[in-house]
Amino acid sequence: MEKFTTLTSKAIPLDIENIDTDQIIPARFLKATDKKGFGDNIFRDWMYNKQGDINSGFILNNPKYSGNILVAGNNFGCGSSREHAAWALVGYGFKVVVSSFFADIFRGNALNNGLLPVQVSQNYLNLIMSEIKTNPETQIKIDLEQQTITITDKDISELFDIDPYKKTCLINGYDDIDYLVSKKDIIEAFEEHNRK
Amino acid sequence: MKKTLFDKVWDAHVVDSIENGPQVLYIDKHLIHEVTSPQAFKDLEERNIPIFRPDQIVATADHNTPTTNQHLPVRDALSKKQLEQLSKNCKRHRITLYELGHKYNGIVHVMAPELGITLPGMTIVCGDSHTSTHGAFGTIAFGIGTSQVAQVFASQCLLLTKPKSLRVSVNGNLKKGVLPKDVILYIISKIGTNAGTGYFCEYAGDVFENMSMEGRMTVCNMSIEMGARGGMIAPDETTFEYVKGRKFAPADNALEEKVTYWKTLSTDDGAVFDKEFHFDANDIEPMLTYGTNPGMGIKITGQIPEISDASFEKSLNYMNFKKGESLIGKPINFVFIGSCTNSRIEDFRVAADFVKGKQKAENVTAWLVPGSKQVEAQIINEGLKEIFKGAGFELRQPGCSACLAMNDDKIPQGEYCVSTSNRNFEGRQGQGSRTILASPLMAAATAIEGKIVDITKHLN
Repeated sequence: MEKFTTLTSKAIPLDIENIDTDQIIPARFLKATDKKGFGDNIFRDWMYNKQGDINSGFILNNPKYSGNILVAGNNFGCGSSREHAAWALVGYGFKVVVSSFFADIFRGNALNNGLLPVQVSQNYLNLIMSEIKTNPETQIKIDLEQQTITITDKDISELFDIDPYKKTCLINGYDDIDYLVSKKDIIEAFEEHNRK
Repeated sequence: MKKTLFDKVWDAHVVDSIENGPQVLYIDKHLIHEVTSPQAFKDLEERNIPIFRPDQIVATADHNTPTTNQHLPVRDALSKKQLEQLSKNCKRHRITLYELGHKYNGIVHVMAPELGITLPGMTIVCGDSHTSTHGAFGTIAFGIGTSQVAQVFASQCLLLTKPKSLRVSVNGNLKKGVLPKDVILYIISKIGTNAGTGYFCEYAGDVFENMSMEGRMTVCNMSIEMGARGGMIAPDETTFEYVKGRKFAPADNALEEKVTYWKTLSTDDGAVFDKEFHFDANDIEPMLTYGTNPGMGIKITGQIPEISDASFEKSLNYMNFKKGESLIGKPINFVFIGSCTNSRIEDFRVAADFVKGKQKAENVTAWLVPGSKQVEAQIINEGLKEIFKGAGFELRQPGCSACLAMNDDKIPQGEYCVSTSNRNFEGRQGQGSRTILASPLMAAATAIEGKIVDITKHLN
């Protein structure tokens, strides 16, 4: 897994609540047996209209906005457990998703793919959303070590929470498999004890 | 200390705890399917890590399978490849697989309970968010991502932080025509789609105590739609009776011993939950959704609320509904009875009972998709197939089908579908399709009338 320490980037404001993983990557694109290529179909049915033409009204198609940070409405990533949603976001180039609330399974999937979910207060989300909309050049800085998110030219920061274990994993690029495999002995002892 | 049902099962599975971090939780059963497992197999193979406990994994093909002509080769090349990959992976790692056509094949959350693979007090995971279904047995069951599928392959464990506890109590008598699906749609409409995020839910009260196992599975299935990773109901005589005699369930003395343990699992009197909700069964009516998330539900006699909010309006615009209107009388051309929420025999019995002697409306295409080969056999053996056929419904073969429309079972652009599935997200049942979630009884009535009706006025 790629390491994550700090990131300063422009951001894309996707001001919609309850974005479910079916929107991030529709089920008809889940037929692949590897992790590649999902970025090509991210938000497919919002990126393209019914006739298959590019939907210029969708924010990801707006050339004014770019960056490795997606800023989205409350309850991002709800619904299906498909990790393909995290692969699609990473494949498209996002390294951070900012929202006021993340669904549990999506949050875990993101962390397992080096994609940092940054949960902020609703007020801060509203602020960041309006700042980017007003000025698409707005730079956002994420510092994982300090657990801060900052609108750099306004110097307005907020702290965010992250599980300390997951933070260590991201900073060092570790994943859970290494840890769990190293615990084989105590897992076997647990099995032995519980079979009695 | 007083413990909840969840505490008891969780604590019995903790292998180790990381200081200021997650716990190592042991997983009893790992269910897999073709869509969320191939990348996990590949991950382990690339890292040269063997599968730790292949005999605790059970596989089925369900998400991406056709529901007609299952005896013929799968036509869609990518789907075929994905199914073949599952077969190859299971064979290579000696994992039990109920592939397409097998007498035990079916939707993972229908197949495992009916075979007695799901038992009270277990921990069960699957790369599918509706794994919460198995909580109906008093198991800790939840959906995981593919990275976690790989973790369980490698260690039969997961690193998890213990979630907070939530209890939803519903007491009183359910009105005529109100099914378990209505109960859960009602709860979600009241508390919202993220009220359960970060929590594991227990359903308590006499409404659930009096519910069949099929009904409890319907309720627990949709726990994820209010954000909860899982939902549980304390095991009782109804549970033990259901488990008894199932293919892989313990029998005789072994069962008795287990039942003695299972009886100890219910929440202690005085145990404290982080959050509680109480509802009166008498307030619940047959429910329908009008929007694009499962929390956007109303009673059949209700009106779409008047909320001024951009996301709400985007949703109504997608559905082509207006604020303040009733759904009664809306013409409907598609009806789907199926999915891991409502594709068990009880669901088809309810539908058949209503449909018997009637004819579907001419404008309606009505698909019935059983949850498993065993449910399909029951439908035939109990004579329900003849009833449905006589009414003009189409009985298809088992699978996830139009719930997520990964296969060819898609609702056309712009069409409404009254569906017994679990999600009404934009495009969920096909690009541009519009889903209205409902119970199997409401779905059957819609198919007969060709429009949405107040089911309570159509019951004897």
